[in-house]
Amino acid sequence: MAENQHAAPAPVGGSLVNALTLTCGVFIALMAAILAVRFLFGLGAVTALNDGYPWGIWIVVDVVIGSAFACGGFSVAMLVYIFNKGEYHPLVRPALLASLFGYTLAGAGVIFDLGRWWNVWNMYWPGSVNPNSVMFEVAVCISLYVVVMWIEFSPVVFEKLGNNDARKKVGKAMFFIIALGTVLPMMHQSSLGTMLVVMGAQIHPLWQTPLQPLLYLLTAIAMGYAVVLFESCLTSSAYRRKLETHMLTPLAKVMLGFLAVYLVVRIGDVVVRGALPKAFVPSVEALMFWLEMACFIAPLILIGAESNRRNPGKLFLAGILLMLGGALLRLNGFLIGYETNVGDAGGFTYFPTLAEVLVTAGMFAIEVLGYIIITRRFPVLPREVVQAAH
Amino acid sequence: MSTRRDFLKGVLASGAAATACAAAVPALARETRPRPPEALGLLYDATLCVGCKACVAACKTANDNPPEFSTVDHLWDTPLDTSGHTFNLIKMYRNGTMEVKDQETNGYAFMKTSCMHCGDPSCVSACPVSAMTKDPVTGVVGYNADKCIGCRYCVVACPFGIPKYQYDSPTGRIGKCELCRHRYKDGHYSACAEVCPTGATLYGKTSDLLIEAKRRLALKPGVPAKFPRGKLGGPDQSYETPAGKYLQHVYGEKEYGGTQVLKLSGVNFAKVGMPDLPPDAAAALSETIQHTLYGNLIMPFAVLGAMTYFAKRNVKPDDESSDKEGS
Repeated sequence: MAENQHAAPAPVGGSLVNALTLTCGVFIALMAAILAVRFLFGLGAVTALNDGYPWGIWIVVDVVIGSAFACGGFSVAMLVYIFNKGEYHPLVRPALLASLFGYTLAGAGVIFDLGRWWNVWNMYWPGSVNPNSVMFEVAVCISLYVVVMWIEFSPVVFEKLGNNDARKKVGKAMFFIIALGTVLPMMHQSSLGTMLVVMGAQIHPLWQTPLQPLLYLLTAIAMGYAVVLFESCLTSSAYRRKLETHMLTPLAKVMLGFLAVYLVVRIGDVVVRGALPKAFVPSVEALMFWLEMACFIAPLILIGAESNRRNPGKLFLAGILLMLGGALLRLNGFLIGYETNVGDAGGFTYFPTLAEVLVTAGMFAIEVLGYIIITRRFPVLPREVVQAAH
Repeated sequence: MSTRRDFLKGVLASGAAATACAAAVPALARETRPRPPEALGLLYDATLCVGCKACVAACKTANDNPPEFSTVDHLWDTPLDTSGHTFNLIKMYRNGTMEVKDQETNGYAFMKTSCMHCGDPSCVSACPVSAMTKDPVTGVVGYNADKCIGCRYCVVACPFGIPKYQYDSPTGRIGKCELCRHRYKDGHYSACAEVCPTGATLYGKTSDLLIEAKRRLALKPGVPAKFPRGKLGGPDQSYETPAGKYLQHVYGEKEYGGTQVLKLSGVNFAKVGMPDLPPDAAAALSETIQHTLYGNLIMPFAVLGAMTYFAKRNVKPDDESSDKEGS
């Protein structure tokens, strides 16, 4: 058994009122106001959605991309508990917290977009469910995973409340909860890609493939590590804590491994399906394809060498680039590369309204605010031997 | 250090488990579903259509839909496309001088836009809550607003752009043609076919409509022939008129495995808004992937088993306190 000595997690402490938390509060208030209009007057009152583009950024950014950004918890837990890499253990709690917020909000965000949200219970009602529907699989899996993550995170809450009995009880079943917490995201992250398959030729050939589930799963895992790089560097600098480079350097190598496998599958798939020539036709789709590929390839160049992986600035940048690549893969598949009813120039266009953007911003604000409150008040981040002044 | 070995073992074991499962369930590949034998549908013959739009008005009345305006005076129902409130529309193709009807260059043509009632509909496959269903006997693709959650996956999935959502309402529904199934009990059939003065829209069993469509394709252009109106197999309302110049293609015979609404045209179908579709339905591929991965939950449970095994070994019962002790 490889045992690793780590500082126990402890609350960061400090004030909860500062410029950042107040800004978050303003965005959240704006979001609430817009949502009130949306629920009173319908989706058309605040969004640019139309029958040519029935899904906008509330689905593609808040849910499809948002949940992929929230894969840090799953990616790190898999590394630590399944592949027994105990040395990354201090990264588990903060990553899990970010995932918890990402997923809980992605789940809640779906409700804003549902045109008939009061019927949502049908998703879980045996007389209504449709097991053939990819969306059914995604919805049930995400719902279950949110519950599983709250259980995974519950020891932190019990620790804060001083409830040791409850903590021990959860601890006994934790191995199974953790196993569930790796299988469920594998299932729905891959299925998020499969959701494109039924759209057939409405999806541009550069993004329409039966390998969709594999592409989405590989990028979700790699994005999970990228988010941890991003979030760890950001937290360290914001809270003026020591950078966790000793863990991030090898973690980045794992990330690049998944990225390399993804690139082989992705490029191989595009070539084998004969879609590559489409990447050289002057079009918005081709431009976005190359932008997406550039974001995926850049981290390999940037931190491919071990020495570069010790540079926190480069780790941070590589993390952001990979997150951007994964986000573009999803945006391109679901929005840029989507055209309804091919052959009919329906003349539909979509560009998000300010209200849509503000709701998405509000969702991210909740995540940031929640992360700040919980890390300052609950034992999530590893205790610093010498606490920097706040 | 045994961690590297454990790591590799983990990779191998989970990979093997996944491969074994994928190999065990190839029988779940799902073929494209054909139309039910008693399927009901429409035959739209663009060469017979005169663009009077009686079908559009009748559809509005039959489905209790409000008018939609695209002109400043708001006098007439003038929708430009099907919508959550317009389930049937006649669109016009125009080219050059528009001299000859049903001719691609310097001609014009009409095309009906409404639900094709696919044999293997993408919308039914996509709907997570079975609000969109296909009748096993009539094959009519129906919608149930009481189950619908308004996710609009059906809108996204349909290759014909048919199901549409009412964005203007806080309780908006999906709107689409249901072949007037609510009017059957009163002895009625599809309102669009009932009112069509030229028989351009004809109602009937799709198998009969297909025979009728092929009969028309074999006619000599310009030579008078008999054309039924209303309901095929119903009271004889047929009349004689010169046959049109058809493309030798029954649209909907093979597209996506076959649709229950069939179309004939003199102008290339892609040019009049009917997409080029392969003979296999996207729903078949989507469901094959879905059931290969999740059929009977075999694969998820196998992977869960492998994950539980490793987690059990690697998670200490009280993980957090052992950390605290710095053991």
